[in-house]
Amino acid sequence: MNQQGRPTRGQTVTQEVPRTFTGNRALEIGEALIFETGRDDFTGVDIDPPSPFTPRLGGLERQSAIDLPGLSEPETMRHYVRLSQKNYAIDTGIYPLGSCTMKHNPRLNEKMARLPGFNDIHPLQPLSTVEGALELMEELADWLLKLTNMSAVALSPKAGAHGEMCGIMAIKAAIAAKGEAETRKVVLAPESAHGTNPATAAALGFSVRTLPAGPDGLVHPDAVKAALGPDVAAIMLTNPNTCGLFERDIVEIARLVHEAGAYFYCDGANFNAIVGKVRPGDLGVDAMHINLHKTFSTPHGGGGPGAGPVVLSERLAAFAPVPFLKRDGDKLTLVEEAEGTQAFGRMTAFHGQMGMFVRSLAYILSHGADGLMKASEDAVLSANYVRVGLSDIMSAPFGDKPCMHEALFDDSWLKDTGLTTLDFAKAMIDEGFHPMTIYFPLVVHGAMLIEPTESESLVSLTQFLATLRDLCFRALRGETERFTGAPYFAPRRRLDETSAARKPVLKWTRPEPVVE
Amino acid sequence: MRYLPLSSDDRFDMLARIGVATIDDLFADAPAGALLKAPLDLPLRKSELEVERRLGRLAAKNRTASEGPFFVGAGAYKHHVPASVDHLIQRSEFLTSYTPYQPEISQGTLQVLFEFQTQVANLTGMDVANASMYDGSTATAEAILMAYRVTRRRKALVSGGLHPHYAATSRTLSEMAGDEITILPPDPKAEEDLIAALDDSFSCLVVQNPDFFGNLRDLRPLAEACRAKGVLLIAVVTEIFSLGLVESPGAMGADIVVGEGQSLGNGLNFGGPYVGVFATREKYVRQMPGRLCGQTRDSEGRRGFVLTLSTREQHIRREKATSNICTNAGLCALAFSIHLSLLGETGLKQLALVNHANAVALAEALEAQGFEILNRSFFNEFTLRVKTSAAALVEDMAAQGVLAGVPVSRLLPHDGLDDLLLVASTEINTPEDRAAFVAALVKGDRP
Repeated sequence: MNQQGRPTRGQTVTQEVPRTFTGNRALEIGEALIFETGRDDFTGVDIDPPSPFTPRLGGLERQSAIDLPGLSEPETMRHYVRLSQKNYAIDTGIYPLGSCTMKHNPRLNEKMARLPGFNDIHPLQPLSTVEGALELMEELADWLLKLTNMSAVALSPKAGAHGEMCGIMAIKAAIAAKGEAETRKVVLAPESAHGTNPATAAALGFSVRTLPAGPDGLVHPDAVKAALGPDVAAIMLTNPNTCGLFERDIVEIARLVHEAGAYFYCDGANFNAIVGKVRPGDLGVDAMHINLHKTFSTPHGGGGPGAGPVVLSERLAAFAPVPFLKRDGDKLTLVEEAEGTQAFGRMTAFHGQMGMFVRSLAYILSHGADGLMKASEDAVLSANYVRVGLSDIMSAPFGDKPCMHEALFDDSWLKDTGLTTLDFAKAMIDEGFHPMTIYFPLVVHGAMLIEPTESESLVSLTQFLATLRDLCFRALRGETERFTGAPYFAPRRRLDETSAARKPVLKWTRPEPVVE
Repeated sequence: MRYLPLSSDDRFDMLARIGVATIDDLFADAPAGALLKAPLDLPLRKSELEVERRLGRLAAKNRTASEGPFFVGAGAYKHHVPASVDHLIQRSEFLTSYTPYQPEISQGTLQVLFEFQTQVANLTGMDVANASMYDGSTATAEAILMAYRVTRRRKALVSGGLHPHYAATSRTLSEMAGDEITILPPDPKAEEDLIAALDDSFSCLVVQNPDFFGNLRDLRPLAEACRAKGVLLIAVVTEIFSLGLVESPGAMGADIVVGEGQSLGNGLNFGGPYVGVFATREKYVRQMPGRLCGQTRDSEGRRGFVLTLSTREQHIRREKATSNICTNAGLCALAFSIHLSLLGETGLKQLALVNHANAVALAEALEAQGFEILNRSFFNEFTLRVKTSAAALVEDMAAQGVLAGVPVSRLLPHDGLDDLLLVASTEINTPEDRAAFVAALVKGDRP
């Protein structure tokens, strides 16, 4: 019943969907760029001009125009709220991006990070005025060390890839301290590794020797043995690996690596699968970054900010970069200068992603030792539930064995359909799901890597599986257009990425005035 | 556990469906000796209320920038951020989305990045900007690596006016990458002769403006000298508000502009997360690090945005990538962009003028008391010479309720600069704050 007293009745809609004047589709509203709607002579902030004074700019006053539009607050709200509505998010549905770990972001974390005692303090205030901040960093560091059973932690790296840099730098410093800088110039990485691993090693002057994966998706000790030599500085291994599998021979691999005088860097991107279940320090790891945004739920924010603290073994601890915390009895201080220490240097200005430290600690305290263990177990349980729910229809490259926190499929089951992994992913969008990670890891053809995380209810998982199974059957039945034309219902149809790269348009430019 | 939706019954049913007896059967590949059978001996889960109490106690031990007169800067600045900014960045669809790998359902994030890139390019006076970096210091270090790639020379020259943390970050990355870097000694009065130090073996010259000590530097003669020797001029800006009042690095001839964008939209956060900006000339775009968003069309011809030029990036190029970076500072860039959309050119210029006016008023009040300001020019921060150790003085003034600034010796402990204090003043400072500063200084600064 509506308020006018006229009962609405379902109509049989047979006609084609009309085109609207605006191009909008009800709640789906197009939004211009701020540069097309804002005015350079308007501001949405009330600022009183200063009293007259004599500037001391040394003659460097800006002469050039800037061209920045201003918007009132109502216009601003509408612009960004409308834009936000064009995004998929964990808060709108399952976000099964394998390797990226899109778990729920508790709002308590946001609330804690916004306490003025954390978000309104300056990194260079006198240390006597920020004792609570240092204690928070120490408490987080303590948890990270105990969860990993490692000796030291560098908190400052700004993201996972930055943490990789930090870990490999520590290894490079340790090698140099042993006088082996000139001989150990190679880093081993499996072909299934994240692209950041070879990129990090290469950026720091190492050449990369690629390790083959076995037919079971695992790195085998024989392959490592064959690749090791006096020229090897380190191995970079992800565990659980990017195929979603626990590296079964990891302890043996660590032993071989250490025997050869090299170091074991573990890419901790998938630590979320084993927190509270397995401690990397017990496996022989020398350095591992922890993506706080993946494992400990700080929000991904559309691509950052992240945070990538690095835990280090006894053998590398002394080389940790500045700043680091130092406790003398009751007194907690921050060592900010590398001089006089073995620290290899500095990763960034100030002390790291404090806002992320607060959120992570809120997550860790909320879960506790029991909850962290349970979260890992649920993540693995859910991934296996997905694996089993699809394995009779999609193709799993490594057979029926259990996975860890993510289930990997390839595209061989699509072989006779003429469809690609990308087509399948885009059809998922029309069903209201964010696609899984596609075409990664590279070792599997047309890879589809599904990570449901521990945040999904059984109802959600069941609906997800039912939808994917339905799409699979449609694909196999030859309903090609549903896939090749997808997405039909998203704010945009498929976007032309090729021409975007060929003739890049990277900023808005004012259109030339039309001359009559 | 409030964040875990599965019930014990669900778990039981799921294990049965999977065909295993216990959860540990799924961890069968973990070495038996390493698999923990029970939770670690650490505190157990806590309610929201308990966590709030615990973290609230820690937060309460810190003294916030809003509690009293506050003049701390040196690369992180306290500005007033409009309430709508934090509200908007907490929209679920911005906060809890991932990198826009599926552009059709990420147009919100992508359009924001496109607008951000345009704002940064216009602000710095450059052709193109990327979708943001971790922060100003890492952006600087990456710019130096980019200059090595562009010029194929492997030696950088860095001004003594560069923020010491930026210099240390750049030194670490360059040396670890096997490149040379020459960092000139600290230069509090902007007296160094960079042109004389320059020769054609250098890939780049890195100059901060306003510099670490607050001095404004004319980049034009440097740009000319760099051009003559095939050296790239990298301009560093740690206070983005300065661009509202000071000539843009692009207009003064910089080839790469990097900076810290924290002042716009982002709180102090004890040093992070912040947002790095990175802009350059069109011809170098394919050597840039970081993400780029570009405009394109969808299959119905409508305008849309995608991540582009990813053939530079690690997930495609692996060991041949321009950088190992795979995130930007998305949410901080969003805050930056919203704040700047509210300000617009008019508001930014006005606010920059207020910042400068407040700093000038403080400098004049100090000079009236006989104190020496080292700077011939400055924007909203300057270097004050004090009679005693600046580090001790800052503690003394903190006890008097004034957070007075950053002792230069905190960042440069070995350079005999113990009597220098960096003082920043933004729009947050009132005449009463200034009076309190002067009074506390006069009281505390006794040799």
